[in-house]
Amino acid sequence: MLAVPVQALFGQLLIGLINGAFYALLSLGLAIIFGLLNVINFCHGALYMLGAFVAWFLLEKAGVGYWPALILSPLAVGLFGVVIERTLLRRIRGLDPLYGLLLTFGIALMLQGLFSNWFGSSGMPYEMPSQLLGGQILPFMVLPNYRVWVIAISLVICLGTWAIIEGTRLGSWLRAATENAPLVSAFGINVPRMITVTYAVGVALAALAGVLAAPIYRVSPLMGADLIIVVFAVVVIGGMGSIMGSIVTGFILGILEGLTKVFYPEASSTVIFVVMAVVLLVRPAGLFGKQA
Amino acid sequence: MTEAVIERIEARPVSQRVPIAILLAVLVLAPWAVYPVFAMKAVCFALFACAFNLLIGYVGLLSFGHALFFGGASYASAYAALAWNWPPELAILFSTAVAGALGLVVGTIAIRRQGIYFAMITLALAQMFYFFCLRADFTGGENGIQGVPRAHLENTYVMYYFVAAVFLVGFAIIYRVIHSPFGEVLKAIRENEPRAISLGYKTDQYKVLAFVLSAALAGLAGGTKAIVFQLASLTDVHWGMSGEIILMTLIGGIGTVFGPIVGAVFFITLENYLSQLGSWVMVVEGAIFVICVVAFRRGIVGELARVLKRPL
Repeated sequence: MLAVPVQALFGQLLIGLINGAFYALLSLGLAIIFGLLNVINFCHGALYMLGAFVAWFLLEKAGVGYWPALILSPLAVGLFGVVIERTLLRRIRGLDPLYGLLLTFGIALMLQGLFSNWFGSSGMPYEMPSQLLGGQILPFMVLPNYRVWVIAISLVICLGTWAIIEGTRLGSWLRAATENAPLVSAFGINVPRMITVTYAVGVALAALAGVLAAPIYRVSPLMGADLIIVVFAVVVIGGMGSIMGSIVTGFILGILEGLTKVFYPEASSTVIFVVMAVVLLVRPAGLFGKQA
Repeated sequence: MTEAVIERIEARPVSQRVPIAILLAVLVLAPWAVYPVFAMKAVCFALFACAFNLLIGYVGLLSFGHALFFGGASYASAYAALAWNWPPELAILFSTAVAGALGLVVGTIAIRRQGIYFAMITLALAQMFYFFCLRADFTGGENGIQGVPRAHLENTYVMYYFVAAVFLVGFAIIYRVIHSPFGEVLKAIRENEPRAISLGYKTDQYKVLAFVLSAALAGLAGGTKAIVFQLASLTDVHWGMSGEIILMTLIGGIGTVFGPIVGAVFFITLENYLSQLGSWVMVVEGAIFVICVVAFRRGIVGELARVLKRPL
């Protein structure tokens, strides 16, 4: 068990970092949405899947490649998010947050069911952009370019989002509205519009993760179904009070999962849930959370 | 859930003789009116939904992981009946105890957070259990445990009335609990937990006990289901099952005594008609979720209770 080949170790660490990047992007979106809307967006995983499918459609039906899709797909899914927020989520504002969870769960089922009917459950491959083919040969492993790109861009997007929320006027409005929406509204800021935009940005982040994932994992209708449950556990571990907290937790848990795959593969699919249970027993508010 | 759903009218003690008489009549006549296997499935899920409703309706805790107890008990009962050759009654009792023990573990962890986190935690723990069942030896992996013996309950009608009796026992326990002083404390916790704490109730203990009860009764339903269908499989522990039981309760009416039964029968009937449509079932389920949450939060029985101006 200790004689693990170095290549395997670094290979799994890299996959762990990539999964961590997806956890971070998804839990970041969940945290922003929950902060302002008080809704746990269960369809986040389905919208991640939708993002990957939009990229696939663009390539297969319109010949639009990876790079434009990286912008176009989050935009399209963000617009879809606007529709969801305006037509459905708006109707249940002020109710118990559990209704938001059930409503978005219903949306997730519909999306996943529709795409399963359309494409079956096996999924389709998505071609890697030619600029990122190949890899760097390091003394201990081969580092595929695309994977490095995914980690880098995810870090940039996560930190950028964090910087916007913490450092700009728009971000300060968002933080203020998260604390006390009626008061912010009294200052003349259009809170309903801000809610719509926040939801759209949150789901656009999920779609971006979907496009990034498409060349690594296959594009399939259920690609987000199990992922969202892991992301829920990540969110419980990190606590949703802190934006930076959800980013850091996402990456750390991804790495931990990768390491488990090397040292004790049987537990790799459950390790994050075990960590969640331990954190709940030791520190119920989560690593970065405030005790409610 | 909060006062938006649960009508205050339930505070008035009202005799439930008429609805109970209707329930008994339907239960007795069902196998002569519909296909008995279908009736057994509906009865099992009705019990499961009632057990689930004990938590969401009376303590205000949304468990998104009740498949863990239903499916866990299903495996326990199937394994005891097949590998140890236990009679069905004993296997079901054993599976109920297993589900109660699982409920104690999950409940103790999950009640450390409230509200929306509780739902996410139960979902995550159930998913962990799903992966455990996928890998464990005794569950038979993807194949599940097949060919579970019904022993002396081979006759379909004998089997049906056995299942109906199990349901009645479970339902009687739930009915008794929600109309007991213990049940009143649970409702107090649902309405205002800090207030209940300030009145001196150890609410965590009440919540864990309610959780264990709900888990054990869900297990009773799951263990019985394994004997009826002679099968325990991964479907029983999948998150889809947790979602379906929420949907049944939501359709019927959260926090009503008879709603989960109506919801379960409605859903199983619907599923029966839609089974040829494959994954369209998922789309329909999703659509019902959306419609119920946006426009029909009281559910069938909840609306009926409002029209009749009496709790049901």
